[in-house]
Amino acid sequence: MKDGLRISVGRRYRFAASHRLHNEKLSEPENWRVYGKCNNPYGHGHNYVVEILVSGAVDPSTGMLVNLADLDGFVEREVIEAFDHKSLNADVPVFRERVPTTENVCVEIFERLSRFPLAKLERVRVEETSNNAFEYAREEFHENGGPNEGNDK
Amino acid sequence: MVYLTRRVEFSASHRYHNPALSAEENRRIFGKCNNPHGHGHNYTLEVTVAGEPDPVTGMVLDLKELKEVLEREITQRLDHRFLNYEVPELQGQIPTCENIARVIWKLLEPKIPQGRLHKVRLYETPDLFAECCRNGAKAG
Repeated sequence: MKDGLRISVGRRYRFAASHRLHNEKLSEPENWRVYGKCNNPYGHGHNYVVEILVSGAVDPSTGMLVNLADLDGFVEREVIEAFDHKSLNADVPVFRERVPTTENVCVEIFERLSRFPLAKLERVRVEETSNNAFEYAREEFHENGGPNEGNDK
Repeated sequence: MVYLTRRVEFSASHRYHNPALSAEENRRIFGKCNNPHGHGHNYTLEVTVAGEPDPVTGMVLDLKELKEVLEREITQRLDHRFLNYEVPELQGQIPTCENIARVIWKLLEPKIPQGRLHKVRLYETPDLFAECCRNGAKAG
């Protein structure tokens, strides 16, 4: 449909996981100063909510930008299975090197989901609690009038 | 620029079915959304209008007028309807969230009394929404 409009689809997922904010390169007092109670040696957990936004062309024969069965399956395999009921520090290899702050979790989820072949990932939002949310998006997503490609068919 | 968002809810039923496809293909693509007698949702629509506040009133637009436009253009058309059969604007289209959002945009854009329509976000469930905006518009 050549009408100059852009359609995106947003979907929310959930996982529960534990983490500990601790940087090996810092001393114990520094870790405590920077991370406070999030530096507790045994870690703590959250119910995370992941909201993703994808864009693309709507297939006129299905009315869909993306079949949710495909999207849900991909997110389940790439993120939920890897993160749900896990210790992010111990069970997700990338967080052995990188502190699993929700900023870093957000970027990691974006990188994993940007490989989805059937739509373009625009933004990932991770809610660590109902009061803390983090977003990571494509550079052009934030720029008014940026080079967003049309998705008309 | 100020962005103002108003929320409105409606309940409707729909069915995903493409008559050009076989019964088997319809079931494979649409799954339970292909159920012959349809199913329904409580939809939540968020309409965002962009504009500069009027120096006299301090308003981007009069919310009462926007409420009336939403009532007339959206609620009366879509609320408690079977979208496949009762909404002429959706004829010939599968009434997915994507297509409904686009139809809502086209209904609302010419009727916004002040400012300009910036974004339409339609929730089919709390975990699924579609957005419609102009190509090149700021996506925030």
